[in-house]
Amino acid sequence: MPKIGVFVCHCGSNIAGTVDVEKVAAAARTIPGVVVACDYRYMCSEAGQETITKAIREYGLDGVVVCSCSPRMHEATFRRAAEREGLNPYMVEIANIREQCSWIHKNREEATEKAIVLMRAAVAKVKRDTPLTAGRSGVTRRALVIGGGIAGLSTALDVANAGYEVDIVEKEPTIGGKMAQLDKTFPTLDCSACILTPKMVEAAQNENINLYTYSEVEKVSGYVGNFTVTIRKKARFVREDRCTGCGACMEKCPSRKAKNEFNCGLNTRSAIYIPFAQAIPNVAVIDAQHCLKLQTGKCGVCEKVCAAGAIDYTQQDELIQREYGAIVAATGFQPIRPYQFGEYGYGRYPDVITSLELERLMNAAGPTDGELRCPSDGRKPKNIVFIQCVGSRGQTCRDKSYCSKICCMYTAKHAMLIRDHWPDMDVHVFYIDVRTPGKNFDEFYRRAAEEYQVDYRKGQVGKIYEEDGHLMVQGSDLLEDRQVLMPADLVVLAVAVEPSPDARKLATMLTASMDNNDFFTEAHPKLRPVESPTAGIFLSGMCQGPKDIPETVSQAGAAAAKVIGLLSKKELTANPCTAHPEEVRCNGCGECEKVCPYGAISYEEKELRVMGRREKRRVAVVNTALCQGCGACTVACPSGVMDLQGFSNRQILAEVDAICR
Amino acid sequence: MTVTEKEVSRQILQLSGANANLCIRCGRCTAACPVAGQMDQKPHRFASLLLHGQADTLLRSNSIWLCLSCMACSERCPRGVDPARLVEGVRQYAVRPRGMAHFSPDQVPDVVDDEMPQQALMAALRKYRK
Ligand SMILES: Cc1cc2nc3c(=O)[nH]c(=O)nc-3n(C[C@H](O)[C@H](O)[C@H](O)COP(=O)(O)OP(=O)(O)OC[C@H]3O[C@@H](n4cnc5c(N)ncnc54)[C@H](O)[C@@H]3O)c2cc1C
Ligand code: SF4
Ligand code: SF4
Repeated sequence: MPKIGVFVCHCGSNIAGTVDVEKVAAAARTIPGVVVACDYRYMCSEAGQETITKAIREYGLDGVVVCSCSPRMHEATFRRAAEREGLNPYMVEIANIREQCSWIHKNREEATEKAIVLMRAAVAKVKRDTPLTAGRSGVTRRALVIGGGIAGLSTALDVANAGYEVDIVEKEPTIGGKMAQLDKTFPTLDCSACILTPKMVEAAQNENINLYTYSEVEKVSGYVGNFTVTIRKKARFVREDRCTGCGACMEKCPSRKAKNEFNCGLNTRSAIYIPFAQAIPNVAVIDAQHCLKLQTGKCGVCEKVCAAGAIDYTQQDELIQREYGAIVAATGFQPIRPYQFGEYGYGRYPDVITSLELERLMNAAGPTDGELRCPSDGRKPKNIVFIQCVGSRGQTCRDKSYCSKICCMYTAKHAMLIRDHWPDMDVHVFYIDVRTPGKNFDEFYRRAAEEYQVDYRKGQVGKIYEEDGHLMVQGSDLLEDRQVLMPADLVVLAVAVEPSPDARKLATMLTASMDNNDFFTEAHPKLRPVESPTAGIFLSGMCQGPKDIPETVSQAGAAAAKVIGLLSKKELTANPCTAHPEEVRCNGCGECEKVCPYGAISYEEKELRVMGRREKRRVAVVNTALCQGCGACTVACPSGVMDLQGFSNRQILAEVDAICR
Repeated sequence: MTVTEKEVSRQILQLSGANANLCIRCGRCTAACPVAGQMDQKPHRFASLLLHGQADTLLRSNSIWLCLSCMACSERCPRGVDPARLVEGVRQYAVRPRGMAHFSPDQVPDVVDDEMPQQALMAALRKYRK
């Protein structure tokens, strides 16, 4: 019979406050095979670990059960301790008597009873544990960053500067993301392009960085350290190696009715275009939908005017396959289009705009050359009303449940910039709360109210309507306890942000998890904020949740540090708790392959010896490098031959038996 | 038996079927209400006054009789509080002690009198529709 030791942790009063730990240890001593059982204040402390290693030495233990917190907390700690003493680390089992017992129960007697049951189950399991050895795999020393906004660029630069190769895949024709569209940036009001462009140039010139613009990730396979990714490089119909970005084609192109995305559709652009002056790469792209040549076969003006001979109407999408050790999601966000708020009339009244549209209307390179004008008739606005939290912090189907975090600050920025440039304009802001935590942030917002006399109103807007050709805003002022009505020339909606619409598709390819709002989830909200729960996938920027630029850049740096840590490893140890079929009984039915979320199962024709006879049969084969040990196949297998190492069917049933005894 | 104002407030909250705890005091209800201008207690105050046990202020307000039951507030409320139900709850409470607490739709013609505000009738009908 194997010799088992049981160690019960008090976790201060976390466990001992509700569970009679001595009683749990005493109960353990009565189980056949348990040769030592004791309790201690903090098992994870150095002295606590010493108790375990000493017992392994003195009693020659074959298995260890620690009754403590969740295995997510300290399983690794106790396994390392066992390994130091020469015991196979997979001969250590954790009975979670904290999260699953003491923290959720109040009655001491019942909690103690449950702790004993959990301990008994763990002892039953450890008796059937077998020593396991973790496999090893190499690491491809190259990272993939998906998304070329400020988040992706910052991560890529940090990783590249540490000496590793990085590829950036950006779906738009240029890198830069939303930050390229901003005018000035809080809290310092520096010009967005002035601080972003150097980063873009640096990324383009860094010899370790490879840009795939106008490209998308098509397929991802593999596992941490060894991903294989297929990238679709969409046809630009312009040869990147030849185009000099002179812009002659844009001037001559007769199709000029396409909405200019960069200016939020506030003006139009030609079918062949460069998104903006500082675009990288500075290469034109043909928008096939609006190109006369590609749609009707007639035109070809750009080809004629291009001195570099860069136009190629026959260009096709290109598929590129590359290997990576780590993948970073940096797909960012988009502001919502607030059509569902009929009471505000966005889309109906041209002078009701979103904040991002305002950025373009205030930008010197924007559609009005930086002169703030009403989109309806180009007049100079006199009264400007801002509405905060449009679509944020709600509970109805029209809203996002979260706070979009950046709007309070950028609205203060907009209000202040307007009052600074055009002191004759009046600015009113309807707010629910002004949320400005952060270094120098509240001071920034107060400056808008105090120095620039921006009229902040605690209240919301219920309705916007037109009267005699003028917009009227009906709102509430809760501090004055009244309804207010004011005319407005321009209404700016600080709308909610949401993740990039392709994020979910990407998350599925990466098997990375997302929350209900389609933001990528982190492995641990506090302790592992830049890693996805899927090994080898990291998170950077707004794709993980709303953030401003300072926070985005910090997170991007943190993600880079994690990527560098991974790429600098010579080899990785794999989880040995993988699935294995018992080949002789497998009939190759194909059920397991269907349920495996990691594509780890395939089938092979194998020659087997069954009772002395040779037989050729189709059997399941698990690629242990891909297998994450989720156990889906073990449940799906109708013959019960698929088994998970370290969590065998036999072990799980033994646990159930021990619980039901 | 004495019933405290706090208890009355609790009963109204229960009767309304709305969850006032969801309210974030944004004021969109008051901003949307077509008659808020004339109300002495604006729609946004219903949630907090009831939660704070101050039903009497609302019971004595003109708001419950001015309210059109147009549901504009409930339509716009970002939190799904359904403030129109809170107004209705208070109205119900005001109507009940007048001896009109238990009637069914077919009795409506009998109980209608000129004094009774139409809103009370609408509220009663909605309440006893089931
Ligand atoms: C109106 C407004 C004003 C703002 N003002 C300020 C300010 O003054 N100061 C401040 O600090 N912050 C400000 N911000 C916030 C700032 O814009 C963000 O913090 C920042 O842009 C986030 O960067 P990001 O790289 O995470 O996302 P993004 O800028 O959205 O970049 C993501 C990139 O990924 C690409 N992408 C998306 N999906 C895919 C895919 N599937 N494959 C490949 N590529 C993909 C996108 O095309 C984009 O280039 C403002 C935001 C708004 C809306
Ligand atoms: S239901 Fe009553 S309180 Fe609500 S908006 Fe209409 S009139 Fe105002
Ligand atoms: S609209 Fe809803 S959340 Fe806002 S104050 Fe009124 S009841 Fe409260």
